[in-house]
Amino acid sequence: MDNHSKHIVPYKTYLIILASLIVLTILSILITEIELGEYSTAGALIFASVKTFLVLSYFMHLKFDNLILKIFVGLVIAVFVAVVVITFMDYIHR
Amino acid sequence: MENQVHIQAHDHYDHEGSKLGMWLFIFTEFLLFGGLFITYAVYKYMNPVAFHMAAEELSVTVGAINTVILLVSSATIAMSISAMQYNDVKLTKRLLLATILLAIVFLVNKYFEWGAKISHGIYPGSEQLMEVSRGELLFYGLYFFMTGLHALHIIIGVVFIAVVYFKVANGTVHAERYVLLENSGLYWHLVDAIWIFLFPLFYLIT
Repeated sequence: MDNHSKHIVPYKTYLIILASLIVLTILSILITEIELGEYSTAGALIFASVKTFLVLSYFMHLKFDNLILKIFVGLVIAVFVAVVVITFMDYIHR
Repeated sequence: MENQVHIQAHDHYDHEGSKLGMWLFIFTEFLLFGGLFITYAVYKYMNPVAFHMAAEELSVTVGAINTVILLVSSATIAMSISAMQYNDVKLTKRLLLATILLAIVFLVNKYFEWGAKISHGIYPGSEQLMEVSRGELLFYGLYFFMTGLHALHIIIGVVFIAVVYFKVANGTVHAERYVLLENSGLYWHLVDAIWIFLFPLFYLIT
């Protein structure tokens, strides 16, 4: 039971991820400055999703964790997306 | 013999189990904020012009600074776990302290941001907000509730990480037994991930 899955992430990996997250933040600010109309919402959300993916995989260690945790996280996100889709289908078709 | 069994029962330590428990808690938090995000999305869809006008009032600069602060603090707490695994207690403590300080800087920024809004008469239930359109009222209601709930999570995170700091300092959390440190890290990254969505939705999309 004791620390069989001890995986040490090097400091450098975290610094690279941090740098990528900051670059993505700057890019998301720049892309919303351009008048893209409806696409600016989609663009900002895509950037936020990529950033969250990096946080989940590296900072939250999911990439190196048990498969069961990855499945759980995937299922919870799938449930949330399903609720979003159903809610909007309701509002758009009223 | 009986005494030994007793001690073992109290000393039960299940690294994977503790982490799974923390993740289950994180799922409930995700769905709590997820519900609020859906509420925001539906009202934005129904009041696009009012949400556009109200969002223009928020400062992108302040939001961006707070985003970077939270990202850096997430990296420091993540690195503190590696430091603990390398058995470098001194560095672990320094990184945890850095995380707490960054969290406090975030809250100070939030204080000034909210303070400026409140001094302009924009706060829940203010007379000025009673006169604006329904859409703008909804925007500010969601803004104060969601960023407020997020700030509350930051305060809880500061307390949580401070507790872990003292446990690292007195040796209760050490290189062979650091799941509490990992769980505080998971909680902190959740708070960071929520802000990653709050920032574009309230500050960027106008």
